[in-house]
Parts: sequence; C-alpha cells; structure tokens
Amino acid sequence: MTFWIVQALNGLQLSMLLFLLSIGLTVIFGLMHFVNLAHGALYTLGAYAAVSAVAATGTYWGGFVFAPLAVAMAGVVLYTGLIRRMRKAGPMSQVLVTFGLIFVFLDLMRITWGDLALSIAEPTLFTGRSELLGVAYPTYRLFIIGLGLAVMLGLWVLLSRTQIGAMIRAGVDNDQMAACLGINVERLFFIVFCIGCALAGLAGAVAAPVLSVTPDMGTQILIPTLIVVVIGGLGSLKGAIAGSLMVGFIQTFGAVLAPQLASVSIYALLAAVLIFRPAGLFPAKA
Amino acid sequence: MLDIEDLHTGYGETRVIFGLTLKAAAGRVLAILGRNGAGKTTTMKAVMGLLPASQGKIRIDGQDIAGRRTFDIARSGIGYVPETRDIFPSLTVRENLELAARLAPRNSAWTLDRVITFFPNLANRLSNGGNELSGGEQQMLAIARALLTNPKLLLLDEPTEGLAPIIVRQIHEKLAELKREGMTMVLVEQNFGFATALADDVHIIGRGRTAWQGTSQEIRTRTDVQRQWLGV
Ligand SMILES: Nc1ncnc2c1ncn2[C@@H]1O[C@H](COP(=O)(O)OP(=O)(O)OP(=O)(O)O)[C@@H](O)[C@H]1O
Ligand SMILES: [Mg+2]
Repeated sequence: MTFWIVQALNGLQLSMLLFLLSIGLTVIFGLMHFVNLAHGALYTLGAYAAVSAVAATGTYWGGFVFAPLAVAMAGVVLYTGLIRRMRKAGPMSQVLVTFGLIFVFLDLMRITWGDLALSIAEPTLFTGRSELLGVAYPTYRLFIIGLGLAVMLGLWVLLSRTQIGAMIRAGVDNDQMAACLGINVERLFFIVFCIGCALAGLAGAVAAPVLSVTPDMGTQILIPTLIVVVIGGLGSLKGAIAGSLMVGFIQTFGAVLAPQLASVSIYALLAAVLIFRPAGLFPAKA
Repeated sequence: MLDIEDLHTGYGETRVIFGLTLKAAAGRVLAILGRNGAGKTTTMKAVMGLLPASQGKIRIDGQDIAGRRTFDIARSGIGYVPETRDIFPSLTVRENLELAARLAPRNSAWTLDRVITFFPNLANRLSNGGNELSGGEQQMLAIARALLTNPKLLLLDEPTEGLAPIIVRQIHEKLAELKREGMTMVLVEQNFGFATALADDVHIIGRGRTAWQGTSQEIRTRTDVQRQWLGV
C-alpha cells in the first residue's frame, strides 16, 4: 500500500511540473497557432535563474520569485525580437526557428553556467518528510503538488471568471471575430505568452531542488510536454490538466512497474488518444 | 459614412474585387446584392480589415481605414455581423454580450439591459453556452453583440440565411426598428424581397465591381437588371 501511495504522489508531482510547462504552451498555441519549441529551454533558463538568485540572495525564495520574472523578461525579448515578426510565417518556419532557438539557449546557458549539474537546496520551510496517508513523504514534493494545484485553481478562476479570461477564450475560439469586437488580440497574445514564460520559469525554479540543473533538462521534458498538449487537446486548460495527470502517472508507474516499457508507454498513450480522439481529449475548439 | 473607392481585394493570388466604388450615406440603409460568389462577403471582410486591400481607399466619416488593424477599425465605430455569425462557443451568451460591451462608455445608447429588451428571446438564454443556441438565436445574439459595441455603422452579412420564415420576419422587424432610430446599415442579402423592403439604396456587385446602383424603388421595376445580375 505504501508503495502505491508513494508512487501516486510521485506521479502527481511530475504531473504538476508538466502542467506548469504545458499550460503556457497549449494556450499560446490555441490563441495564435504558434508553436514554440523553445518552451523547454525557457524552463531550463528558469532553473538556472533560480540557481543564481539563490546564490545571490541566500534563500530559496529569492529564486522562486526571480526565476518567473527573469523568464518572463526573456519572453518579452523573444516576442518583440522574433516571434512578433514570425506570426504570419506559417508553422514550418516557426517550428524551424524555435527549434534552432533550443540550441541557441543551450549554448548560451552552457557558456554562462557551465556543463556541470548544479542544484539548489530545498527551502528550510519544507525540508524533511511529512506524514500523509500513512506514509512519510518529502515535504518539498508535497509543496510542488500543492503549488501545482494552486496554479490550476488560479488559472481556472482567471480563465472562467474574469473579463481577460473571457477575452482569451474568445480569442482561442475565433481570433478574427474577437478582433471585430475591438479586442487587440495581438496584445492579448503577448500577455499570454509572457504568463506562459513565467510559468515555465516557475516550473524550472520549483524543479531545481529535486532534479539536477543541466543545460539539457529542458530538452528532456519537451517531448512529454508536447505529448501532454496533444493528448489534452490544443488550447484548453482542462486538456492540460488531464494530459499532465495521464502522462505524469503513466511515466511514473511505467518506470517502476515495467521499466523495459517505460520509454514507450507514453508514446503508446499518445497513439491511442490520437486514434480515438484525433483532436485530443478536451480540445478548445469543438 | 462609409465610402469605398476603387477597392481591390481577394485571397492571396485569387482576385475577387477589382475596382469597387460604393457609398453608404449616414442614416440610410444600403443593400449590397449580387449572385453567389460575387464578392459581397469579401467586400465586408475588406472593410473590417480581415482581408488586405491591395489598392483603393476605405473611408469611414472621411478617415481612411484601409490598412488599419481589425480591432482598430472595430473601435472606430463599425459593428460587424458576419455571415457565419461567429458566436463564441466557449463563452456563455452573457459573456458574448459583455465582451462586446467592454469598451462602450457608461452612458452608451446600447446596454446589456437594452439589447435584452430589444431581443427578449435572449433573456432566458443568458447562462447558456454560445454553442447551445438555435440558428435564429445565434443571429439575434450576433446582432445584439454588434449593437453593444455602440457602432455608428452596422454591417450585416446575410442575416436571414437559413432561418425559418417566422424568424426572418422577426429579424426584419428589428432591423426596421433600428432603421427608424436612424442607424446606418449596410446589408448584404440574397433575399431580394427582404433586402429591398428594408433598404433605401441598392448596390449590385458583379464581376468584381459595381454592376448597378440606385434606389430600392428603382430596382423593383428594373427586371432587366435583376435578370442580368441577380438571376431573379
Ligand atoms: N477563403 C477563400 N479563399 C479563396 N477564395 C475564396 C475564399 N472565400 C471566398 N472565395 C472566393 O471568392 C469569391 C467571392 O466569395 P464571397 O464569399 O465574397 O461571395 P459572396 O458574394 O459573399 O457569395 P454568397 O452569396 O454565396 O455568400 C468566390 O468565388 C469564392 O469562391
Ligand atoms: Mg457571402
């Protein structure tokens, strides 16, 4: 029993990281049909920004606050310098350019922080283990789960209960009609892009104490994140939640129950979903 | 009010409109007629900035809006009711309306309460999803939404397409009421009777440009023009 609870919590924790990464990607895609493959690199940048900020401030929370801001700033630069110009370029060019960006980021981070794995310590508030459902589980990982749930709730309120949320949903449904009602969809996209970047940065900062921070940590998580987006259905919060949970759990349980199949299990899931629900489980557009 | 001069537009390589000139006067209703595929919707889209004008001018109250971005054109006072209605399916009826009312100043002519009084059918649909409406309700919502932007010019692309006769009559009454209030409208229609009953002026598009223009009264007697350009 303990085994199952621990693995379920591990799965949940991975799901939350995947959620923080995929939600930005999926809403950006839903809103503007823009594919940003460099999203994983922004996650790495967040982890490194956290490492440096922790070193500078001496506290975990320095990184926790600084990383999302730094990555959002990187998003502003990326958007104004490159993405805005590429909006009408078509998916092929976008994929190629953002794919190229992965390597640019990779090398920039190598040059700045080196190749060796770095890490940061858990915040003192959340060190050690806590008792939950009869198992002693690392407190910091529980914090990740709680944070993920809080972000889900926050985004749900934002999207379903506020005017800007209604604007985003309208833009995902039909950006041309939204513009015909006087909505500046381009600016909306910019705001959503920056929020997505900040969440990727947050994911990097939160992952830094549990994973080792290396230049290629973003490339490793990019594929599962893309699979979450495709399984969940492009552009939807519900889809990102469902997709993250499925991928997180299958990856975690696959690794312990059938290690020899672990690497293929999420692809099998992807294939199954694409066969039965080609648009994903909860596509934003019916 | 709306003044189009030598407009050229189309879809990429496909030229659809080449040299259209058209005027819609303030306080009047202009019907744009033409056969299937004549380019009526294309013209509307060019006015809204959804299609680029490769040549020509589009003026609203004397200001050239060709080349401006769609949200900017909408904010300059044009309300658009597209042929496909384009209700946002993931928004409730109320959210669809509130989104349109967002930029209107406090003391505007059209408020949420007023459009609901104007289209009572929408009153008990407010919490329904945009994807849960009948065709007639969708059309009413599309018009209500355009009104909530408090436009000085209303563009309507085939508001009666695919609707039951009783709904068509309702829509006609509502548009006639708007006309009596002095709303300037440009109406694209396939329904000749509907269009000429409502419009003051008629503009026929054929072969990508102006084929005929005159008043509603004139076109009713010009069976030759009707036969040549409308296939009536
Ligand atoms: N997205 C598009 N891409 C390429 N060509 C198009 C597109 N939409 C319309 N066309 C072509 O442009 C021409 C004009 O179309 P448009 O929709 O403006 O006609 P319309 O006058 O509104 O017709 P209807 O009365 O059927 O609505 C048609 O020949 C059509 O095939
Ligand atoms: Mg049309």
